[in-house]
This record gives sequence, C-alpha cells and structure tokens, in this order.
Amino acid sequence: MVQLRYFASLRERLGIGEETVSLPVHVNTVAGLQLWLQERGTLWAETLADQRLLVAVNHEISERNASVSDGDEIAWLPPVTGG
Amino acid sequence: MIRVQQEDFDAGVELEALRSRLQGTAGAVVSFIGLVRNLNEGDAITGMTLEHYPGMTEKALVEIASEASSRWNLIDAIIIHRVGPMSPNDGIVFVAAASAHRKEAFLACEYMITTLKTEAPFWKKETTSRGTRWVSQTCPESPDKPAEQSNN
Repeated sequence: MVQLRYFASLRERLGIGEETVSLPVHVNTVAGLQLWLQERGTLWAETLADQRLLVAVNHEISERNASVSDGDEIAWLPPVTGG
Repeated sequence: MIRVQQEDFDAGVELEALRSRLQGTAGAVVSFIGLVRNLNEGDAITGMTLEHYPGMTEKALVEIASEASSRWNLIDAIIIHRVGPMSPNDGIVFVAAASAHRKEAFLACEYMITTLKTEAPFWKKETTSRGTRWVSQTCPESPDKPAEQSNN
C-alpha cells in the first residue's frame, strides 16, 4: 500500500486530499503511478498532465523516474506560493 | 530555528530572544517580514489562507536555514512561517540571519526568503469580493542570485 496526497488547488480539482491505494505490480515509478492514476478518467488525466506539478516521495521532491514502493507517501504539489 | 504556526508572531520578541542567544558573538542581524497585502493583481484582498504540507514543509525550512548557515557562516538563523487564515497587514513570514558582519547576514536573509518562496511547500488562497482563488506563482526570482553575489 502507498499513501497518495494532493494539495491546494489540486486537492480541490480532484475532490480528494489523500488516499491509500495498492500499487499494481507493474507500477514501480512515479511516472508509472501517474499514468495509472490518469486512467481514472478525463479529470485525472488532464489534471495530472500539468507539467508544473511537483511530486514528492516521502517528503523529497523527486523526478518522474524515481522509484515508488509499498509504504511510500507520494504527494502531488502545485507550484508553491509561500512567503 | 524554524517554526510553522497558526498564531501571529511578534518580530520584536523574536529579535530580542535572538539577541540574548547571541551573547555578543554576532555583529549583525538582518531580518525580513512578509505581510499580507490588501491588493493583488488589481483586486482588493480581504483575507488569505495559507496551506502547507505538514512534515515536508518543516523539513524544507530546516534545509533552507542550514544551507544559508553553512554558505554564509551564520551564527543563528530563524524562519517562522504562518499557516491558516490571515488578514491584510498580518505578518506571514519572519526570517532573520545573524553573522559576524553585515554582508553575510544581508545575503543569507535574502537567500532564505527567496528560496522559501520557490521551494517550500506553502500555498496561498486569497479572498476577494468575487470569491476565493489560489494564488499563482508569478515571476519567481532566482534563489541563487544572492549566492552569486557572495562570490564578488
């Protein structure tokens, strides 16, 4: 199982802030996970296609080819606007 | 020292606490306060809510303060960032750097606030007379600019 999190505008657009899912056996990277989530439908496909989104694996900003495995927390983050 | 908190901060209290920690070791303290403006992109702003990613945000702030401390040999560094609902004129963020001489403190303070704005997971949602909207990232300044200047 992995924990998925979506923040700010992304959470509102997707209508969900966090969820726990079982990774399919063929999914072992951030990119693979994203493609799998995008199969949920047009909303997910379009929303996660935004190139400006950052992905954090276990609180570290990660590339799309970073590996993911059971126990990880993977978060999708819109461009940050603090300060 | 980094803190993420809902409540307001008192810059005077923070600076005085810093000064007593320094025990005479620093020759300069530079601080920055970020405020909620009452105007953005032509619209009057009546309120703002800051969201963060608990755990990751604190980690990012620790990394920014540590990087500044090692680059400019700081004696102390502070980042306090608020989250939750705020009003115009409220403080959002407080950053301070203490060093032996002023140049390092100026450069480190600018580095910390600039890097925070582009790297730390915070998101602003502002309220206008027409409703609420997420603030979009506009013209981020290069966080490395102060570092380049330090080599001059």
